Amino acid sequence: MTWSADEMMTVAAARVLRGDSRCFVGIGLPSTAANLARRTHAPDLVLVYESGTIGAKPDRLPLSIGDGVLAETADAVVSVPEMFNYWLQPGRIGIGFLGAAQIDRYANINTTVIGDDYAGPRVRLPGAGGAPEIAASCGEVIVVVRQSARTFVDRVDFVTSVGHGKGPGDRERLGLRGRGPVLVITDLGVLEPDPDDRELTLTRVHPGVTAEQAVAATGWPLRVAATMTTTEPPSEAELTALRALTGSQETT
Amino acid sequence: MTARIVPLAEAVAELVHDGDTVALEGFTHLIPVAAGQEIIRQGLRGLTLVRMTPDIVYDQLIGAGCAARLVFSWAGNPGVGSLHRFRDAVQNSWPAPLEIEEHSHAGMANRYVAGASGLPFAVLRGYLGTDLSEHTATIAPIRCPFTGETLTAVPALNPDVGIVHAQRADRHGNVQYWGITGVHKEVVLASARSLVTVEELVDELTPVPGAVVLPGWALTRVSVVPGGAHPSYAMGYSDRDNDYYQAWDAISRDRQSFQEWLAGVKA
Repeated sequence: MTWSADEMMTVAAARVLRGDSRCFVGIGLPSTAANLARRTHAPDLVLVYESGTIGAKPDRLPLSIGDGVLAETADAVVSVPEMFNYWLQPGRIGIGFLGAAQIDRYANINTTVIGDDYAGPRVRLPGAGGAPEIAASCGEVIVVVRQSARTFVDRVDFVTSVGHGKGPGDRERLGLRGRGPVLVITDLGVLEPDPDDRELTLTRVHPGVTAEQAVAATGWPLRVAATMTTTEPPSEAELTALRALTGSQETT
Repeated sequence: MTARIVPLAEAVAELVHDGDTVALEGFTHLIPVAAGQEIIRQGLRGLTLVRMTPDIVYDQLIGAGCAARLVFSWAGNPGVGSLHRFRDAVQNSWPAPLEIEEHSHAGMANRYVAGASGLPFAVLRGYLGTDLSEHTATIAPIRCPFTGETLTAVPALNPDVGIVHAQRADRHGNVQYWGITGVHKEVVLASARSLVTVEELVDELTPVPGAVVLPGWALTRVSVVPGGAHPSYAMGYSDRDNDYYQAWDAISRDRQSFQEWLAGVKA
């Protein structure tokens, strides 16, 4: 079976979700990946959506984080203040799965405005939603985003959600409880923060992608790990499950 | 029928005035869309619109020129993309300039909690390190008097009018709803005046697991509006009309197609 770059990205993201961990899921690519994980190797994965559904087991991909199928299949449905105050803020959710409109070398995320002028932006984006607190309070964060020099920028125009700030120690100084972004999974490969200085480094490429391609799709001089690995291609089972999940919808 | 239960047009005319701060809430589920369109029909102006997720109903109100300000935490067409009327207002001041006050979901939820609690502000561990506090005056650092930790304070939200949709009400105006309950309770209790539109009026409320009941005396008005949440949904009564959310992208994309839609609503 052949596959698209988006399918490879979604499968790679699904694979990092394991066992019965609890995952706070944003809509779009993260939701597709989390649902794929639950339907393949991680049936006990607990999907948590900011609409208040905990342990949703949708049999189809929800278009929105508040689709009825999430509430109907959830272990619990709680109010939005309860979701943020009781479940997210104290660190009860292990993994936060986020997308981004812009991301920088320290994995800070922008989903607010493109352009330096907040009052007169070039592009007005949807805004923060639940992301700042997901980024601050989940045990760790995984970002799923297509890689391009427009998205991977040296400095984000607006810090909506804090990744690793300006480097080591920043999260601790701010009092953020979680470890922050540990993986950035793209359609080209995987980036991880350097253990010493927290700068995102390319550690893996997907099949058929070169490190040079990933560097060219990054708006800063992207570091490449000394030993690079290549992602295992999607299995037939993974692709079949993914396509069954997305159905007529695009896999994005 | 008690005086509390009135037709929608009457309730909106009575409760909502030009320049008011109005919150129509509903987190994907139970969004009072019909009430929003009644506000458009009545031609209200200069409203401060408050909503965590200004989606289609606020795109409609903004495009119709009802809003002067928007207080929000995520403005988009959920699962589809951008809100074009919102973007046109922010980027091009069309049909009128739109001032914004921007928060995160946790910040907005806690502002309603403070409002419903009769407190001046709420505290959360959020916003630290983000650029939001730089642009939003209603986000401020606060020091915990017990531990010394730096946290964030956000002021209470107390709208003039809070509007939500629910599954059903009884003849005394007691309202019952279930499923994704969002910030329904908080916005009703935080607002000076409140309106709940319901799918159905029943003699007695049948108990439902997980359901919330708001006593009639805690609300101002109830209106019976079957399908009043469309294209959002009311669990047990209707499904979310995902096709409509996708169709809205084309309707709202340019000013002319939006104007045609608007003429249909006003007709």
